[in-house]
Amino acid sequence: MSNVPDELAYSAEHEWVAGEPDAGAEVTVGITEHAAAALGDIVYVEAPRVGDTVIAGEVCGELESTKAVSELYSPVSGTVTAVNEGLESAPETINSDAYGEGWIFKVEMTETATDLLDAEAYAATIA
Amino acid sequence: MSAAILRSPLHDQHVALGATLVPFAGWEMPVRYSGDIAEHTAVRTGAGLFDLSHMGEISIRGAEAAAFLDYALVGRLSALALAGAKYTMLCTPAGGVIDDLIVYRRDHDHFVIVANASNKDVVVQELDARVDGFDASVEEISAEIALIAVQGPLAEGIVARMCARGDDDIRAMRYYSAANVMLEGDVHAFVARTGYTGEDGFELFVGADEAAAVWELALATGAADGIVPCGLSSRDTLRLEAGMPLYGQELTRETTPFDAGLGRIVVFGTAAKPRGDFVGREALLKAKVEGPSRVLVGLVGDGRRAARAGYPVLDDAGEAVGEVTSGAPSPTLGRPIAMAYVPASLAEPGTRVGIDVRGRREDMTVAALPFYSRAS
Repeated sequence: MSNVPDELAYSAEHEWVAGEPDAGAEVTVGITEHAAAALGDIVYVEAPRVGDTVIAGEVCGELESTKAVSELYSPVSGTVTAVNEGLESAPETINSDAYGEGWIFKVEMTETATDLLDAEAYAATIA
Repeated sequence: MSAAILRSPLHDQHVALGATLVPFAGWEMPVRYSGDIAEHTAVRTGAGLFDLSHMGEISIRGAEAAAFLDYALVGRLSALALAGAKYTMLCTPAGGVIDDLIVYRRDHDHFVIVANASNKDVVVQELDARVDGFDASVEEISAEIALIAVQGPLAEGIVARMCARGDDDIRAMRYYSAANVMLEGDVHAFVARTGYTGEDGFELFVGADEAAAVWELALATGAADGIVPCGLSSRDTLRLEAGMPLYGQELTRETTPFDAGLGRIVVFGTAAKPRGDFVGREALLKAKVEGPSRVLVGLVGDGRRAARAGYPVLDDAGEAVGEVTSGAPSPTLGRPIAMAYVPASLAEPGTRVGIDVRGRREDMTVAALPFYSRAS
C-alpha cells in the first residue's frame, strides 16, 4: 500500500497539491507514490514552463518510464512560478521521493480549487 | 476460454518478494520486483532470474514426430541434433505468422515446443489439425512444467553451481543446446542455453511442483553474484535492445517471417538437402522471391520522448508511411529506441524519419538491429 500523506490534497488523476489551494496562493504539485509506482522507473519528465498558464484537469506535461508514458494533469488553475529543474537530470527522484524532492512544479493559483480530494478520499480511489 | 486468472507455481514467492503483479495473457505475473532499470541492468552486468511459467509447453512424440514438425513448421526440425534447440515459426497457408516458437529436441522421437502464453491454445489447435496422417502425438504439458530463466553474464557459474550432477555439461553447453542435469535437492531439470534478453543465459524446465525449490535455489546460489528477480517489464526492454521480435507487435498473422527480417528461418531445401512440403511453402516462396513491401527496422531517437507501439512513422512531408511496433527509452543506450515497419525506401541505416509521438513529431534515425550485442 503506498503512502498518502494527510496534509496534502489530491486530484483524481493522481497529482498531489501542497499548500492551501486558494486563489492567490502558491502551491506545489507532484504525482503520488501510487502513480509513480504504477509507471515504474521514470526516465523523462516534460513539465510546464515558468509563466505557462495551467488549467485544473487539463494536460500540462508528460511522464515517461521504460514501461509506459502517462500524461501529467494540472490539479489546479493558475500560472506556473517554478519547475523542479533537478528532474531534468534525475527524473527518478519522483520514484524515490514522490512527495518531497520529486515535486514537479509550483503554481500561483488564479481560482480556488473545488474538486480536490483529501487523503482519505484519494486513498479510497486507489484501494 | 476460462475467465479464471492463472497463477504461476511461484506465485507465493512473487508475493513474498513484493512483486507488482499484473494480468498477462490470462496469467497474473510479476511486472517488476524492485525497479525496471535495476532489473534490466542486473541482466546486462550480472544475473537476473525470471519466472516464465506462463509460457506454453507442447510435447510432440512418435516415430514420425520429426517428419510432422517438418510439415507443420517453417524450419527443418528433422535436422535438429539431439538436445538441440531451434527458433522457428508456425505459419498459416498464406505465410502469416501464427506464433514464433523454440523447439527443443529431447530424443529421436520426442520434441518440446515452447509457445507464447497468448498463443498456446491456437498453436495446440493448429498442430492438432496438422498432425493428421502422421504417427505422432501432440500433448499440451504447460501445467506440469515450470520454466525458470537465469540470464546474464554470470548465469553460467550460477546454474553450474545449482547442479548436483551435470555442472560440467552446463559449462560446456553451446548456445541453443540443452542437457539433462540433476539440481541440488534431487531435482531433475532439462536446462537449455537459450533466452530472450540478448545475454548469455539458461532456461530451466522443471516440474511445476518443484518450481519453488528451484527458484529458491537460484536465489540462494546466485546471492553472492547479486542475482536479481526480474519481471516482464525488464524482459521487454531487454528483448527490444536485442532486436528480438515479440508476437502481437513485430509478428502477427499479417506479417511473414520475411517482413520481420527473419526469412533465414524458412528452409525451402536445396538439391543436396531437399525438403518436402510444409504449410505455407508456396506463399512463403512467393514472399521470398518478391521481397517484402515493408521492412522491420530499428530506430534511435534524437530527443527523450520515446516512440511506442502503434505510433505512425512520418516521411519528410509528414505523411504516415509506417508504424512503430515496439518502443521504449533504452536503459543501456540512454536514448529512445524502437522497432517499426517502414517502406523499403526508408530502411537503410542512417535514414532520417519522424515519429508522431502523441501529436508532436520526434526525429529518429534508422539503425541496424540489434541495438545491443553482448561482447562474446
